[in-house]
Amino acid sequence: MAQKPITKAPPGGVDADAALDLYRRMRLIRIFEDTVQSLFQKGEVHGTTHLYSGQEASGVGVCSCLGEGDRVAGTYRGHGHTLALGVPAQGLMDELLGRATGVCGGRAGSMNVIDVDNGLIGCFGIVGGSIGAATGAALSAKLLGSGTVAVAFFGDGTSNQAYFHECLNWAQVERLPVVFVCENNLYMEFTPIENVTAGAIAARPEAMGIHTQTVDGNDVWTVREAAAKAVEHARSGEGPAFLETLTYRFVGHSRSDPGKYRKPGELDAWRKRDPLLLARASLAERYGITEQQLDAADAEVTAEMDTVVERSLAAPFPDPALGGGEFK
Amino acid sequence: MSGAETIEYREAIRAALDEEMARDERVIFFGEDVAVAGGVFAVTPGLDEKHGSERVFDTPISELAMATGAFGAAVTGLRPVLEIMFADFLPLVMDSLINQAAKYWYISNEQASVPLVVRSAMGAGGRFGAMHSQSPIPWLQGIPGIKVVAPATAGDAKALLKASIRDENPVVFLEHKRLYSVKDPVPAEEILPLGEAAVVREGGDVTLVSISKGVRDCLRAAEALSERGVEAEVIDLRSLRPLDAETVLRSVAKTNRLVAVEEGPLVGGWASGLLGIVAAEGLHDLDDAWAIACPETPIPYSPSLEDEFLPAEGRIVAEVAARLGAGAELKSGA
Repeated sequence: MAQKPITKAPPGGVDADAALDLYRRMRLIRIFEDTVQSLFQKGEVHGTTHLYSGQEASGVGVCSCLGEGDRVAGTYRGHGHTLALGVPAQGLMDELLGRATGVCGGRAGSMNVIDVDNGLIGCFGIVGGSIGAATGAALSAKLLGSGTVAVAFFGDGTSNQAYFHECLNWAQVERLPVVFVCENNLYMEFTPIENVTAGAIAARPEAMGIHTQTVDGNDVWTVREAAAKAVEHARSGEGPAFLETLTYRFVGHSRSDPGKYRKPGELDAWRKRDPLLLARASLAERYGITEQQLDAADAEVTAEMDTVVERSLAAPFPDPALGGGEFK
Repeated sequence: MSGAETIEYREAIRAALDEEMARDERVIFFGEDVAVAGGVFAVTPGLDEKHGSERVFDTPISELAMATGAFGAAVTGLRPVLEIMFADFLPLVMDSLINQAAKYWYISNEQASVPLVVRSAMGAGGRFGAMHSQSPIPWLQGIPGIKVVAPATAGDAKALLKASIRDENPVVFLEHKRLYSVKDPVPAEEILPLGEAAVVREGGDVTLVSISKGVRDCLRAAEALSERGVEAEVIDLRSLRPLDAETVLRSVAKTNRLVAVEEGPLVGGWASGLLGIVAAEGLHDLDDAWAIACPETPIPYSPSLEDEFLPAEGRIVAEVAARLGAGAELKSGA
């Protein structure tokens, strides 16, 4: 199972192996989230969780366009962003189970994962925090002349936060190399986004003169193509880019949400546009990859996840006696 | 140390910024009207010309963006200093300060530190009214992961700001508006460690503890008390997080009396917290202990109301004299 994301691949221009890797990565996220759900019910994952199931094409499509030194800030629905970026599933699962071997030693948990070495500035438990973190990272990139970009993932509800308005404006004024990725899954937690939002989300960055695209967020190829343009724009020094990916989450907002607010038939309609189904169809069409090959890839990912869970459950909890983290 | 010149508090702050920017090109400085205009309190004129508009720049009126931008920049290679014009505006940055900057070092399992400084002007006495006069200290002191520094003199302002900029994690550096024009000797080369209080006047009868402008009020009160035969020891805490309770406890072991003078409310303030620590760890040394703080209302505007509101020199003298008055056994007094 490859863990490294595809780097600096031109839009659409990947070979069959790389294309299959994108699919594997999306499958990994889906199976990871199903596993988290199941471990939560067994009491192994604590607190709460916000699953990314259904939105895989957005995170994987965007992260597949990033290269060495680029950075990502995700949200409390961040397992998908984390895995899409190439953070090992073992370190992430260990973290969710509160183990000392977790990517943050068990100090962070599901909503706040950080992996500096893998370019993950962090996942932020407060709506909008990712926008600010990426804006600041882009300020560093500009002033240090690193040629890198920073990506902020956030949801539709974030478009009504101060972080959104203040940082988009500032980033455009300072021409910062940041890509704002709004994953519009139609619901601000339980409330339909249109009930609480004046006008179209994408009209807001457009009004600031920011390079803006709205695309099908369930088709990984479409996301990749748009993300490549957005990343290129930001990297060129022309300022931030805004990418709205239209998608849908197949699960509740958090572990306690049965999703009763969904409109009749809505979930079924989106299930037919499951990013994994779309990816399977396109892989067959574009590369001649067979059902058997795809099923084999799924089985590999499932086996990998079984091993991950086995190791996570056997991993030690952090020792409170060790302390640490204080600075006087 | 190569001599000391006597300069204004605001000039000392400018010198610290200037020297640190010259020393380390990762240090950047931004805020509202700080670059071209030089800041509303004239603290930072000339820095943009000297260090360039890439490193010293004006921002929109977007305090949250400034704070979160500083955070993001700090965890990716820069050492930002940002100015929040009035400390009363700090509530606008609190999400980034509390949930991002303060927590990052710990929850990342010490993967990366957050070397940023938030400079801000605080304090009452200037007739600025309820929303431009507050001390933010009670809002800030309960946040593990940040340091809260507030110098009382120009010399300390320079030495502590340099230390704050070199610190690897977030520091809120509070400058009292009523101190910007005071002049003190400022050593050319000095950096003070954060978290060490200073005994700025020795005495055996009572310990007066304060921070920022309050220290100067206490020193004047101590002189007045001396004329009445009471010798006060005065301690400048210099930072409230970390809090150097040890220096206070040592002094109380000598004087047996403690007065904490806070420009802020009694409930939830640092003075109450310090009294609690001294009670818990030094009760055997205590004959008396209390706080002189502000009423539990917003800060009023009218001179007659604001003057009465603040814990000024006269009130310190009156309360100490009354409580140590007739019958008090003074070690060094008459």
